[in-house]
Amino acid sequence: MTAATIFGTPASLTDKITHYCPGCTHGIIHRLVAESLDELGLRETTVGIAPVGCAVLCYHYFACDFQEAPHGRAPALATGTKRARPDLTVFTYQGDGDLASIGTAELIHAANRGEKFTIIFVNNAIYGMTGGQMAPTTMPGQVTSTSPMGRDVELVGYPLRVAEMVATLRTPSYVERVSVHTPRQIINAKRAVRQAFEYQKAGRCFSLVEVLSTCPTNWGLTPLESLKWVEDTMLPYYPLGLKKSPDDEV
Amino acid sequence: MAKKLMKGNEAIGEAAIQAGCRHYFAYPITPQTEVAEYLARRMPEVGGVFLQAESEVAASNMLFGASSTGVRTFTSSSSPGISLMAESISYIAGAQLPVVYINIMRGGPGLGGILPAQSDYFQATKGGGHGDYHLLVFGPSTVQEAVDHVILAFELADKYRNPVMVLGDGMIGQMMEPVEFPTDGIPPAPPKPWATVGMKGRPQNLIRSLYLNADELERNNIELRAKYDAMERDEVRFESYHADEAMDVMVVAYGTMARIAKTAIDGLRGSGKRVGLLRPITLYPFPRQAVRDASDRAKAVLVIELSTGQMVEDVQWAAREGVPVHFFGKTGGNIPAPEDISDEITKVLDGKAVPRGLAPLPLEAS
Amino acid sequence: MPKVLIEPDRCKGCELCNAACPQQILSMSKEINLKGYFFARVVDQTRCIGCRLCAISCPDVAIAVRTHAVRYNLFEY
Repeated sequence: MTAATIFGTPASLTDKITHYCPGCTHGIIHRLVAESLDELGLRETTVGIAPVGCAVLCYHYFACDFQEAPHGRAPALATGTKRARPDLTVFTYQGDGDLASIGTAELIHAANRGEKFTIIFVNNAIYGMTGGQMAPTTMPGQVTSTSPMGRDVELVGYPLRVAEMVATLRTPSYVERVSVHTPRQIINAKRAVRQAFEYQKAGRCFSLVEVLSTCPTNWGLTPLESLKWVEDTMLPYYPLGLKKSPDDEV
Repeated sequence: MAKKLMKGNEAIGEAAIQAGCRHYFAYPITPQTEVAEYLARRMPEVGGVFLQAESEVAASNMLFGASSTGVRTFTSSSSPGISLMAESISYIAGAQLPVVYINIMRGGPGLGGILPAQSDYFQATKGGGHGDYHLLVFGPSTVQEAVDHVILAFELADKYRNPVMVLGDGMIGQMMEPVEFPTDGIPPAPPKPWATVGMKGRPQNLIRSLYLNADELERNNIELRAKYDAMERDEVRFESYHADEAMDVMVVAYGTMARIAKTAIDGLRGSGKRVGLLRPITLYPFPRQAVRDASDRAKAVLVIELSTGQMVEDVQWAAREGVPVHFFGKTGGNIPAPEDISDEITKVLDGKAVPRGLAPLPLEAS
Repeated sequence: MPKVLIEPDRCKGCELCNAACPQQILSMSKEINLKGYFFARVVDQTRCIGCRLCAISCPDVAIAVRTHAVRYNLFEY
């Protein structure tokens, strides 16, 4: 009896080796998106929109059409794309600088208008690509290259909880925060990512999946230590769970 | 179609519809908001998409997304809003997307004023956003021209895969004039195999402007430059109003200023003065050769703009060396009357005007 | 019997799979791959239960899992 593959490379990923650092969980999140597109048969009618950040080159790793947005503007590009072609599946893939800093206006208004695309928000509490600067999501006391004494909340305020913020909007949407720092959480994150694309396939609503992610290089930790840092430091501040469902009462 | 009396802004909106555009994303700003208000009613009538974005930044990026799917799309704004769009204009040019921009200029810099101006010439023809790119720029001087230019803008944007701008001003936007829309059909948009519409049975389509490899980025820039060379060769448009004859003064002006100048020129010609007008219609590509040839027939050139002097620099560069180039400008929204322009032309005719020049740099003692 | 197949040259030596494996049958090689990383390897293939948690945890899609045994799907993935 020949062996069956019970885990292989999804069709929506190319076989290019990524440029991401060892242990960076971008790779896992890319795969969850790719698997969801495969399982829902969406690959050939999907347009992805890349951010500016470590994932700026993510279009080399996804086997679907892609656009490269200016920093923070991906939700506006997604709005234009989806309004021009509502039949296409459209998703953006953004980091904390892209989404929670320069792009907050585009995020809030796309969500508020109920644009029917999906945002995958990768929250690793830092600016990775540019070398480890403070992000709006950086934890209090966290040392970064632009907060060398640790984030001082008296000076720059507290980290932004994007999922909760977007969940306060009245327009129906699907908002959930998940993590990928343990196998169990990865399995849960997959469920949420797939759910977001299912809602889009059904033409229901805007969806945002915030994924707590690691940045070993700029956190100054090994990949395994980084997973623990998510558990110990990020999780208490960024609680996981469903924040808004389109079935909620308006 | 019979002529219809329409407000400039509304005619511009209708022209886009006639050109087959069904996707409009914009933000209100005086003095062009009527474009958005008109299309808010008209787009749904033709089954199109009208979306008021949360800012000009967002509107311009929505154009990027929509254009990437191969549809004709445009926005309208005014000077401060165009500044906000500068980033995405650069990205759109780098990504080689067809998009049309309407700039109904108002006074600047900064918040400026809401009255007409022509102070965005540099922004439109020389910069705006960063990087080595150009917009193809039209300067209509009547509402009919604005309509014609908008329709042509969509065609040329698709032809060159480049953003195109129609540079009007508050007068073009606000005044009402009779306009005619083309009765025989507009040629259909060309096929767009590069559009991101789903990777079915073909390699990935990627719309981007990032090329980290130096050779790849250079190749993109060389491709862009080739387009601009082609535009400079094939898309120059201008009007010569008595500028093919010998002139004592040749006026160079565009848009509504050219119209006011024509009235002044007619008056002066009536009393026997040899005055002509060269009116650039495309501001990029600038009709350099036409200005040069016409300046050979002129004793002096007078550039008139609703600014403190932007196009005058291109005229100085283009005109034959030795022909003095004078400048007259009004700003703030003060529109000169034909008499004011006649006075200025007369000053030049009488040798009482000082040419616009750069002060010579002091020579260093060796 | 389940088989975990690791592509050494895709591996970046992050060790996430080691931590994920409930049978603790993964460790890092003492040799380096093309890029200079100590790549992951299976220490004892016979004790693999085909849970796929290693592959699920790998950011580089370096792990494939094959089997022709009867499996119990203990979680939806």
